Amino acid sequence: MKLSARTVAVAAVLATAACAPQTSGTTSSDKDEKTGTLRVWLFQEVNNTPKEQVVDTVLAEFEKAHEDTEVTVEYIPVETRAQRIKAAFNDPGSAPDLIEYGNTDTAGYVKDGGLADVTEEFAAWDEAADTDATARQSVTVDGKVYGAPYFVGVRALYYRTDVLDELGLDVPRTQAELISTAKEIRAARPDLYGIAVGGAYTYGAMPFIWAHGGELATGKGGSYASAIDSAAARKGIEAYTSLFGDDNCPAAKCAGMGGNDTVTAFASGKAAMAIGGDFSHAAVEAGKVKGKYAVVPLPGVAAGSVAPAFAGGNNLGVLKSTSHRTLAVDLMKRLASKKAQGALFEGMGFLPTFSDVRQQAAAKESFVKPFVDTLAADTKFVPASPAWAQIDSSQVLPTMFQEIVSGKKSVAAASGDAARKMNEAFGSAG
Amino acid sequence: MTSLMKPGAPDRRRVRTHGGTAGPRGGGRTAPHPRRKSSRAPWLYLAPALVVLGGLLAYPIYQLGLISLFHYTQAQVSGGEPTTFEGFGNYARLFGDEQFWQVLLATVVFAAACVLCTLTVGCALAVLLTRVRAVPRLALMLAALGAWATPAITGSTVWLLLFDADFGPVNRLLGLGDHAWTYGRFSAFFLVLLEVVWCSFPFVMVTVYAGIRAVPSEVLEAASLDGASQWRIWRSVLAPMLRPILVVVTIQSVIWDFKVFTQIYVMTGGGGIAGQNLVLNVYAYQQAFASSQYSLGAAIGVVMLLILLAVTLVYLRLLRRQGEEL
Repeated sequence: MKLSARTVAVAAVLATAACAPQTSGTTSSDKDEKTGTLRVWLFQEVNNTPKEQVVDTVLAEFEKAHEDTEVTVEYIPVETRAQRIKAAFNDPGSAPDLIEYGNTDTAGYVKDGGLADVTEEFAAWDEAADTDATARQSVTVDGKVYGAPYFVGVRALYYRTDVLDELGLDVPRTQAELISTAKEIRAARPDLYGIAVGGAYTYGAMPFIWAHGGELATGKGGSYASAIDSAAARKGIEAYTSLFGDDNCPAAKCAGMGGNDTVTAFASGKAAMAIGGDFSHAAVEAGKVKGKYAVVPLPGVAAGSVAPAFAGGNNLGVLKSTSHRTLAVDLMKRLASKKAQGALFEGMGFLPTFSDVRQQAAAKESFVKPFVDTLAADTKFVPASPAWAQIDSSQVLPTMFQEIVSGKKSVAAASGDAARKMNEAFGSAG
Repeated sequence: MTSLMKPGAPDRRRVRTHGGTAGPRGGGRTAPHPRRKSSRAPWLYLAPALVVLGGLLAYPIYQLGLISLFHYTQAQVSGGEPTTFEGFGNYARLFGDEQFWQVLLATVVFAAACVLCTLTVGCALAVLLTRVRAVPRLALMLAALGAWATPAITGSTVWLLLFDADFGPVNRLLGLGDHAWTYGRFSAFFLVLLEVVWCSFPFVMVTVYAGIRAVPSEVLEAASLDGASQWRIWRSVLAPMLRPILVVVTIQSVIWDFKVFTQIYVMTGGGGIAGQNLVLNVYAYQQAFASSQYSLGAAIGVVMLLILLAVTLVYLRLLRRQGEEL
C-alpha cells in the first residue's frame, strides 16, 4: 500500500506536468485577406429593427467599396454576450472578425488577448478627433487603442413634476437638497419612495462618490490602487447610503435593488425620483408616469454643479484572430462613423460618442438635453484594468453598500473591506 | 477507508495471480474453484459501463483537479497569457479567504437543515399515504409529483412571488404588511429552505412509500396487535426494515442540498444582501464563471467533491459498524 501511494503521487505529478489544461494557442493571425466574408457580432437590442436598418445601410456601402467581400451580421443576445465572446476568444476558427462589446469589458478583453490593437488606424482616422475624452478612454488600455466607441449611455435624475408641484418643492440643485427633498416627499407621501435607490445599483451610486471628490481607484496602466476608502469617497458613500431607510427608501426593500429595479419603481409610479439612463427613457415612457416627469442632470455638491456621471456605452472592436484585419478595421470605422452614429441615434436613441454629433442630436430631441449636458459637464470611467471585470462580477461594491445600509458594518469598515478586495483583484489581475 | 477495502483486497489479489492461467483455456477444464472461471467475466460485463463512467466522470474530475493546480483564467484559455503551474496556490488562496469559511459553514448548516426537514416531511407523508383512503392518497401523490416535476427556477420564482413584500399573498394572509422576507439572513435562508424541501420531499416520500408497501403486512399487524403506537411502529419496525432505502434517500438529499444552486441564485438574487445567503455552489459560480477565475472555481469544486465523498463514506461506515449490509 505504501508503495502504491507513492506511485500514485509520482504518476499524478507526471500527469499534471505532462499536460496542462487546454489553451487555444496563439490567437493573432498573420493573414490579412482583402476579399472574402467578414463576420460581425452586434448586440440584439430590445427593439432591434432600427439598428438593423442603420447597419444594413453601412454594409451596403461597404460591400460596394470592396469588391468580392461579403458581410454577415449576427445579433447576439445581450444576456449571454459574455459566454459568446469568451467562446469566440477560445475558438478563433469560428470567431467573428468584428464585435460590439460593453465598454467596461475593454481591459479584460485586452488581457484575454482577444482584441486587436488599432492605435495607428484610430489616430489616422479623421473623424476620431471629435471623439469625446471619456469615450476615447473607454477604448484605451495602457495608451493603446483597442476599438472605436459606438455609443455612450449616461444617467441623470428623473423626477415627478406632478409630485413636486403638489408638495410645492423645488427641483434639487445640490446633493444635500436632493436628500432633503427625497425625505420631505416620503414624509408627505409615504406611499412613494422619495428617490428610488438600490444597494446593487453601482452606477447610480458612483456619481455620489465622484461628486464628493472621491475615486474608485487611482493609478494608471497596470498598477491601480483602490481609493474607495479615502475620506472623500467615504463622504460620497455616506451621502448615498443615507438615502436608505424608512424616511426615503426602506433598506429591507431597496438594499437588494439594482438599476433596473429603481427605474421600474419610478416608471410604475412608486418613486418620486430615480437615477435613470437615457436608455431608460423608453421604459419610463411606457410606464404610468408618462407625461408627468422631467429629467435634469444629477446635481453635484455645489449649487448648480453636475455630479460626474459614469459614461457607459458600447464599443466596436476588431478581434486579434481576424484574417481580414484591414477590411475589419475599415468596417469598424464605417459602423462607428459620425453619419452612422447620427442615424443610430435617430433610430435607437443611443447617444453618439462624437461631441459635435451629440450636440446636433440634442438640438433635435429635447429629452436627451439633460443627458448631453451631463456628458458635457464631466464624466468618469471605471478603472481601465482587467481587474474591474472581476471586481464587478464578485459584487465588491454592491456588497459594500448593502453591508452599510443593512447596518452590518460602518462606512469605514465596509469601505476598508471593499478597498482590500479591490486591491487583491488589482494585484492578481494586474 | 482501509477497513472498507480489507475484505475486497485479498480477493482481488487472488484473482489477479490466477487469472492468467485460468483465462482462455480455463473454460474447458473443470475448475477446482468456480470463482476462477469467471474471474474476467464480471469485468467484461462491466466494461461498457466503466468506459462510459470513465469518460463522463473520471475524465472531467481529472480535468477539474488539473485546472485547480494552474493559474487558469480567461486570459489563459484564449491564449492571451501563458498558463502557469501554481501547485496548491489556488487552495491556499481559498483557505486563506475568510469568506470561504463563512460560506462553507453556512452551506453545511443550511444543507443539514434541508436534509432533516426533507426527510422528516417525506417520511411523515409516506406513512400518511399508507393510512389514508385511495382518493386523498391519489390527491397527495399528484400534488407531490407536481412539486417534483416543477423546474427549480419556476418553483423558486413562484415561492418568491408568494412571499413578495408588496404583492405576496402570504404577507396578506399573515397580516405582515410589507415585510421583506429576503432581507434578513435567516428569513431568506428559511424561505429558500421551504422551497428546497417543497421540491425535494416527493422523492423521499415516493421512495419510502414504496419501501413501506414492500414490508409484509403481518409484521405491522403484529406490532399494532401488541399495542404499539404509530411512532413506535415507525421507530422499531418500519425504520429498521427500511434502512437501506433511508440510506439512499439520505445520501441523495445530502448531495442535492449541499449542491443547491438555483434556489439560492434565484430567490436571493445571487447570494442575498451583501452575500449573506451565499452557499458554496453559488460562490464557486461567482468566482469561476462570472469572474472567469476557472482555476479557483475548480479548486472550490474539488473541495466540495472531497467533502461530499467524506460525508458519504463516514455515513456508510457508521452504518457498517452497526452491522448493516447495504
